[in-house]
Amino acid sequence: MQAAGPPAVKTRRSTGSLGDIIFEWMCRGAGILVLLTLGGIILTLFLGGLQAFQAFGLSFLTSTDWNPVEGRESYGAFVAIFGTIVTSVLAIAFAVPVAFGVAFFLTELAPPWLKRPVGTAIELLAAVPSIIYGMWGLFVLVPFVQQNIQLAFGETLGAIPLVGFLFASNSFAGTSLFAAALVLAIMILPFIAATMRDVFDQVPPVYKESAYGLGATRWEVMKGVVLPYTRISVVGGIMLGLGRALGETMAVTFVIGNANRMATSLFDPSTTIASIVAMEFPESLNGSLKQSALFALGFLLFVISFVVLATSRYLLRSRLKA
Amino acid sequence: MSITTAQMMAGRDPAAAKSLGRRRHRADLIVTYACYAATAIGLLFLASILATLVWRGAAALDWTVFSKEFEPTTYGDPTAPRGGLLHAIVGSLIQTAIGTAIGTPIGLLVGTYLAEYARTSPLGNAVRFVSDVLLSAPSILIGLFIYTLVVLPLGGFSGWAGSLALAIIVVPVVVRTTEDMLQLIPNTLREAVIGLGAPKWKMITLVCYKAALSGIATGVLLAVARIAGETAPLLLTSFGNNVVTGDLSNAMASLPIAIYQQANSGFPDLIEIAWAGALIVTAGVLFINVVARVLLRSRH
Repeated sequence: MQAAGPPAVKTRRSTGSLGDIIFEWMCRGAGILVLLTLGGIILTLFLGGLQAFQAFGLSFLTSTDWNPVEGRESYGAFVAIFGTIVTSVLAIAFAVPVAFGVAFFLTELAPPWLKRPVGTAIELLAAVPSIIYGMWGLFVLVPFVQQNIQLAFGETLGAIPLVGFLFASNSFAGTSLFAAALVLAIMILPFIAATMRDVFDQVPPVYKESAYGLGATRWEVMKGVVLPYTRISVVGGIMLGLGRALGETMAVTFVIGNANRMATSLFDPSTTIASIVAMEFPESLNGSLKQSALFALGFLLFVISFVVLATSRYLLRSRLKA
Repeated sequence: MSITTAQMMAGRDPAAAKSLGRRRHRADLIVTYACYAATAIGLLFLASILATLVWRGAAALDWTVFSKEFEPTTYGDPTAPRGGLLHAIVGSLIQTAIGTAIGTPIGLLVGTYLAEYARTSPLGNAVRFVSDVLLSAPSILIGLFIYTLVVLPLGGFSGWAGSLALAIIVVPVVVRTTEDMLQLIPNTLREAVIGLGAPKWKMITLVCYKAALSGIATGVLLAVARIAGETAPLLLTSFGNNVVTGDLSNAMASLPIAIYQQANSGFPDLIEIAWAGALIVTAGVLFINVVARVLLRSRH
C-alpha cells in the first residue's frame, strides 16, 4: 500500500491550479504544525526545567530529596523515576502473559461466534477512561490488595531471607507500587492483546496449515510458527504498552499513595513522574524552583517515553506497511 | 522446531511414540486452558469495572446530579442542599466540543497530506512518525505545554486552554483514521476523477472524502470518546470550577476533574456523586465507541 502511492497527477494550469496550490499548502501546513507541536512540547519542558537542571546539575537525576521548605529547597528526580520504571515494568510483567493468552484465544482457540464479542469487550476495556480505572482501583482493587494480597505475601514471601523485605511493608493503607502496577497492567492489557491479535492474524495461513499437516498441536504451531514469524511485532506491541504505562497519570495517582520517598517494599506508597506532576503542579508557584523541578521531571518523562514509543514504532513498522 | 531425541526414538518405538504423543497433547491442553483463563481474567476485570460503576453509580444517579451545581458536603444532614454535577457536565460538553472542532480539521488535513501528497516523502514520514508518537505520548505533558503556552500568558486557568489541550489529543487520532481510510480508496477512482478534468483538490474534497466519510467519522467519534474522559491535561489547563459557566476565559469545570476532586474528598456523599459522574462518563464513552464500531462495520 505504501509503495503504490496516489497517481502522480499534473493538473492543467488553467483549471483550479490555484485551488490546488492552496489546498496542498493547507495540508502541508497542518503537517508542519504537528511537527511544531512536538518541538514546542520538547522546548517548553526543557526551558521550564532549565532552572532546576542548573541548580542541581546531574545530581537531580540521583537525588531522592523532595523538600519544598523555603531556604532549604532541594528537589531530586530519583524517587519518581524509580517509581515510574518499577510500576511500568511490573505492569508489563503482569500484563504480557495474560495478553498473550487473550490473543492466542482470539486467533486460534475461540469458536468463530465468540471471537467478535470477546474481541469487542477487550477493545472496550481500552476505551474506559483512565480516571475510571483510578477510581475503581482506589475503591475496589486497593482494599482487595490490602486485605488479601499484601498480608498473604508479607507472611509467606516476607520471611524469605535477602529478598523478603520487598514484600514486607509497614504501610497498611494498600495504596502502593504494587497496586499501581496492577491497575496499569489492566489498563495496558487490551493494547498489547489487540496488537498481538493483529500480528498473529497476519501469519500466512499456509505456514500454519503446513505445520498442522505435519501433525503439530495448536500450541506447537504457536510456539514454532506463529511466534517466530511475529516476534518483532510482538515486542513492538509490548513496547507500546510500556510507553502507555510510563506516562499514565490519573489511574496511578489514585492508587500509588503519592509519597515522595523511596519505597523499600512493593507494598510501600511511592510516586511516579506523571503523578507527582499532577499532584504538585497545580499548587506550585509560577517561576518557583519547585515548578521548574516539575517541568524537568516532565522533560525526563518525555525523553523516556519518546525512546520507548519510537522503538515500538520501529519494531511495528512491518505491520504498519502490511 | 528441531527434532529432539525423544522424537527420533518415537519413530522406532511405539511405546515411546505413545508417551510423546500424550506429553504433546497434555502441553497443548495446559496452554489452551491457561489461555481460556487469561481471557476470563480480562473479561472479569471489564465486568468488575462495569458492575462497580452501575452498582455504585446508579445508587447516586438522580435528577439532582443533572440539575444542580457543586455543593459542599452535607455532613449527613438530610436538610442540607445536595449538590450535583451540572457545572461539570456543561464544562465537559463545551471543552470537548471546542477541542473536537479545533482538532478535527487539522487532523483531517494532516491525514490528507499523508495519504494524498506525501506517502513516501521525508517530510511525510516525519509527520507520520511524530503524529504516531503524539498518539501515545503522556497526556499530562500536553497539559504542561499548554500551561506554558496559554495559561501563563493569559494569567490564569481557562476553558480555552483546556479546549486547546484536548484539541492536541484529537489531532493524531483523526490523522491515523483519515490516512488509513483514504489509503483504502482504490486509485482507479482517483484516476477516473482526474480523467474527467477535475483538479486534485476537488478530487480529494468531493470524491475521496465522500468515499471515506464513514471511516473519517469513526475517527472523529473515537477522538471525542478519548477526550471526554481525559483528566490529566485539564488539571493543568482549565483546572476546574464549582459553578456553571460558559466563560471560556475563566477556569472551567469538567466531569473527569469533578470526579477526581470529589472521589478524593473523603466525604461519603461527595464520593457517591463522583460515582454517578463516573457512570455518566463511562456510559457516554462506551456508547460513542459502540456507535463508531457500528458505523465502521456498516461500511464493510
